[in-house]
Amino acid sequence: MKSGIPGFLFGMWVLILMGGWLVVTVLGPISISGFGDLDGIVNSGAKAVIAVMLVVIWVLILSTFKNWIFRKEIKS
Amino acid sequence: MLAAASSVAGFVVVLVMTPPLIRFLVKRGMQVKDVNKKGNVMIARPGGISIIVGIAVSEIILYAFLQLNEILAILITTVAAFAIGYADDRKVMGGWFKPVTLAVAAIPIILLGTYDTDLAFPLFGTVQIPVLYLALIVLVISITGNTINSIDVLNGVASGFMVIASFTLTLCLIIVQNYEIAAASLPLGFVSLAFYKYHKVPSRIFPGDSGALALGAMYGTLAIVGSVEVIAAVALLPAVINSFLFLSSVKRIVEHRQIKVRPVEHTEDFKLKATEDRTAPVTLLRLILAGRPLSEKHACFAIFRLGIFSGILAVITAFMMEIKI
Repeated sequence: MKSGIPGFLFGMWVLILMGGWLVVTVLGPISISGFGDLDGIVNSGAKAVIAVMLVVIWVLILSTFKNWIFRKEIKS
Repeated sequence: MLAAASSVAGFVVVLVMTPPLIRFLVKRGMQVKDVNKKGNVMIARPGGISIIVGIAVSEIILYAFLQLNEILAILITTVAAFAIGYADDRKVMGGWFKPVTLAVAAIPIILLGTYDTDLAFPLFGTVQIPVLYLALIVLVISITGNTINSIDVLNGVASGFMVIASFTLTLCLIIVQNYEIAAASLPLGFVSLAFYKYHKVPSRIFPGDSGALALGAMYGTLAIVGSVEVIAAVALLPAVINSFLFLSSVKRIVEHRQIKVRPVEHTEDFKLKATEDRTAPVTLLRLILAGRPLSEKHACFAIFRLGIFSGILAVITAFMMEIKI
């Protein structure tokens, strides 16, 4: 196993921390107004779309990382 | 003191109840083949029955004294997850059955209002997501239930991993000073520990979907009612990685039994080795075995070491919750 999978775990942890920073500093303050009573729903919808985009990026980074580690583990 | 008493009660219940349950299941022919053993070794299933009784006894004792809605939410969601798993144990359902029904099992948490819509992150503070958080609750229960179920591939892994993850979660809840939920989380570790005695290599009983979903759903509920979602996710990382690897290689939600090419094979001396078939799904176990074949016991310990590593990261994360940049 060596450092490959723990490295993957550590990488995921760092990505979670970075995701936290993005969510708190970028996603959280987003405020859309002008839709009257629907402001809350529009805000949540916009945040949901951005959150899904962030998750997709997160998954793509992890997939690349996974392929790299898997190849490394097989070679070792 | 109350937390210790309720946990010991759950521990003793599982310890005492499991041997007669094994005899009952064997007598009724409720057994499945252990695919990682030579010959036709049959193991009793589902052990989820003793797990849920242990959890119920512990949480009812706690509720009798503390009268917290959070404990009620933990109890109802866990029992619902057990019932979903038990239905799947008795009759094989489709790949979507468990994720969708587990989402329904999360509803008591919402109805009882036992959640905080502020999502806390280490170092950077909290973010308020009132509507999104409801979706998160449903997702968390579905994910935690299924990830524990998907890691249940070797003797003792699900229960042993749960011992590590749940005791870590209890420690983290103490670090963030959420003592009441820490007390409610302690029985999960003790019940898992008692079940591990019979589930470890060589298994005498398997938890089945009922046991794995109950353990996972209880863990997810604790994360929500304790407002430690991020910390709980970190402690569960090896199981999350396993689900992620499986889904990213299969690219759809399917039952493990529907996979045609198994990710793990056996050597002549019945050690586990990663398959060389490129069409087989990538799993955590396949990744661990990619380096060299291992006995089932050593493969289990490799997963437990990863659990301890992510547990340490979770504890660091809990301490980081108190630091604000």
